Amino acid sequence: MVRTETEVSVFVDSVLHYFTTTVQQVAECGTPYLALGRTPEISDYTGMIRISGQREGVVFFTAPKSMLCVMLMRMQETDMSHDNLCDLVGEIANTLSGNARRDFGPQFKISVPSIVCGREAEVAYPANTRPIVIPIEWRTYRARLVVCLN
Amino acid sequence: MALTRKKEAPHEAPTHRLMVVDDSNVIRRRIERVHDLLGIEFVGAARNGREALELYEKLQPTLVTMDLTMPEMDGNECVARLVERDPNIRILVISALADKLTAIDAIEKGASGFLCKPFTDRQLNEALRKLIES
Repeated sequence: MVRTETEVSVFVDSVLHYFTTTVQQVAECGTPYLALGRTPEISDYTGMIRISGQREGVVFFTAPKSMLCVMLMRMQETDMSHDNLCDLVGEIANTLSGNARRDFGPQFKISVPSIVCGREAEVAYPANTRPIVIPIEWRTYRARLVVCLN
Repeated sequence: MALTRKKEAPHEAPTHRLMVVDDSNVIRRRIERVHDLLGIEFVGAARNGREALELYEKLQPTLVTMDLTMPEMDGNECVARLVERDPNIRILVISALADKLTAIDAIEKGASGFLCKPFTDRQLNEALRKLIES
C-alpha cells in the first residue's frame, strides 16, 4: 500500500505542479476513492499513459471541455479548437510520463501519451485492479486523475 | 506542412532568429508569445524533427527550441543533425522528460540548454536569455 501511495503521489504532484506553473493558479486534490464495481467516469478530453514492466496499468487525466478552455485562456491562448484541447491534455499526460520516468526509473516502461475524446470512450484496465480516482479541483471545475496499477 | 510567419521589418535587424520545434500547437504558440519580450525574431515553427531540418535551410535560425518526443524524427536526432550543419546554432531542449540522463544526452548531442516542461513564462524567458548570452 505504501508503494501505491508513493506512486499515486508522484502523479498527483505532477498534475498540481502543471497547474501552478502553466496556469499559474493552484489546483487542489480532493479526497481519493476507489472505483469499486464500476469504471471511473470519463470526461470530455482524456490524456493517458500506459505503464508496463515492474507494474502494469494505466494512468490518465480526464477533464471537461469548459475547464480546459479556461486553462487555455489563462495561458493567453485564444484558440479553443478541438486540436488545442487535445494538445493540452496531451501535454498534461506528457508531464505524467516524464515525472514517472524520472521518479520510478527504468523498471517502469511508460508509453507515449495518447489522447481520448468523448465521455463514451472506453478505457482498458488491467484485470483484477481497482482504479484510484483523485478529484482535481480548480476554480469551479473538477477533473479526475485516475491511477490503475496492478 | 511547415509553419512559417513573416514579420514586418523591424527598425534594427534582430541578432537572433528563433525556430520553434514542438508537436504541440499550444506549446509552439506559447513560445512564440514569450519570445517577443526578448526582441528575438520568430522565423518559423516545425512539428517534428524532419520538418525542422527542411525549414532550417530556408529560415537559417540562430536559436532553436526543441521538444524531444515527436513523431517522424525525435528531438535528439534533430539536435545532432542541426549541430552538424551549424556548429554555432544554439538549441534549447524543452521536454517533459525530466530526468538528468535525458538532459545530459541532449547536451551531448549538441544542445546548449535544457528546460523541463511544464514551465512558466518567466522560466522560458530566462532560459532563452541564457541561451542568447551563452
